[in-house]
Amino acid sequence: MTGEKEVGTWRVKVGLAQMLKGGVIMDVTNAEEARIAEDAGACAVMALERVPADIRAQGGVARMADPEKILEIMEAVSIPVMAKCRIGHFVEAQVLEALGVDFIDESEVLTPADEEHHIDKHQFKVPFVCGCRNLGEALRRIAEGAAMIRTKGEAGTGNIVEAVRHARAVLGEIRRLQSMRPEELMAAAKEMGAPYELVKEVAETGRLPVVNFAAGGVATPADAALMMQLGMDGVFVGSGIFKSSNPYARAKAIVEATTHYNDPEVIARVSRGLGEPMPGIDIRQLEETERLATRGW
Amino acid sequence: MSAIGVLALQGDFREHVEVLERLGVEAREVRQPRDLEGVGGLIIPGGESTTIGRLAVKYDLVEPIKEMIAEGRPVWGTCAGLIFLARDIGGYEQPLLGVLDVEVERNAFGRQVDSFEIDLEVPDLAEVSEPEETGRPFHAVFIRAPIVKAVGPKVRVLARLPDGTIVAVRQEHLLGTAFHPELTDDTRFHRYFLRMCRVSASV
Repeated sequence: MTGEKEVGTWRVKVGLAQMLKGGVIMDVTNAEEARIAEDAGACAVMALERVPADIRAQGGVARMADPEKILEIMEAVSIPVMAKCRIGHFVEAQVLEALGVDFIDESEVLTPADEEHHIDKHQFKVPFVCGCRNLGEALRRIAEGAAMIRTKGEAGTGNIVEAVRHARAVLGEIRRLQSMRPEELMAAAKEMGAPYELVKEVAETGRLPVVNFAAGGVATPADAALMMQLGMDGVFVGSGIFKSSNPYARAKAIVEATTHYNDPEVIARVSRGLGEPMPGIDIRQLEETERLATRGW
Repeated sequence: MSAIGVLALQGDFREHVEVLERLGVEAREVRQPRDLEGVGGLIIPGGESTTIGRLAVKYDLVEPIKEMIAEGRPVWGTCAGLIFLARDIGGYEQPLLGVLDVEVERNAFGRQVDSFEIDLEVPDLAEVSEPEETGRPFHAVFIRAPIVKAVGPKVRVLARLPDGTIVAVRQEHLLGTAFHPELTDDTRFHRYFLRMCRVSASV
């Protein structure tokens, strides 16, 4: 007996994230950049109006990109297209779903629309990815319906230190849960502000129930391979590609380093002669108010 | 039996590796031509077919995979893997192995919001079904999936959607599925492929 089609299921949402694993998702701001990303081997692109480095430099309110821009990018490539909406702005998310984007990033890179509530992502057929700094934050987002998690890092800095901090926090806390006795898990759930059922599941399986990517500060092939060796499933590169001197070569090199992350000879070869990376920012020079990672909770 | 290779350039290769290990088979991640030595078969996973194709060309994997197919070793492509095996995928310009005599349409159902799950009738799975699995439909997960639009004379259709669309095919020792058996707990497709590998090894 063949059955009926079921669309927008949890398995189908998480499944698309699983297909992105081992790949690089690149920020692009127009059709031409999208084609360069696809040619370089990106497994998806993130359509946005300004890359995080420019948002940081120009200031003002950062919102969902112009639908015209997103459609232009969707028409330019055959790989999945993601787009960002503001934290808590469920109408921007509805618009993005109506446009047919393949994934929505409820992102701290844009100016939050709600300082208390994230979007109820279960209400959508399109899957969501959300940023996190630690396991509790990851599990809160998953409980709200996020089908994919990424580190927040510190977007637009070209500085990997925050992504490393967040990745180590998530993975370290997972290991800590695994070492606990069953009766200790409730206290752990309370302490990290995460749903008990998810805490229990992570303690049993030793992994997040969804795919977990690195994001926020990846600028070089070695950065990408570092995050993969730490145990991330794939990499987002924002400003790191199109703010560098040779975007196509750098994009290709980051893709290859992500696949061959355990092979230093390959990483050494692809890292040669890439030209200037994006200029970076020392996180300690940022004012607390300039930090994007502290948006959302 | 010898190890089964899983092309590990990009995509959900770990899910395939885990199913193989659960079935007690050694799995080997394949990223370079040397990784193909001695494998009894190869699975090309789901992922982005453009990414997988470009990396396969860059790392000189296309010819060695074609050689192993010419030697009679089985290869199975799921979703992106099916696209990569196909002879013809319409207007897209991307690297293909071109060994499976089918015409494939990429993203045939639309965008991600149109991705779906469905129960399929797959008569061939009876060959590997345990008594309690006999007659049970195969629950198939389609994610931005392709379809098979036309098949050559040597290709046998293994499964169709209720509207007749072809979603699983076999051509001698090549297997192609538009969906992802590695995303469910039903291991019959993996057992079916392993049987193909055993048969080829005994020839």
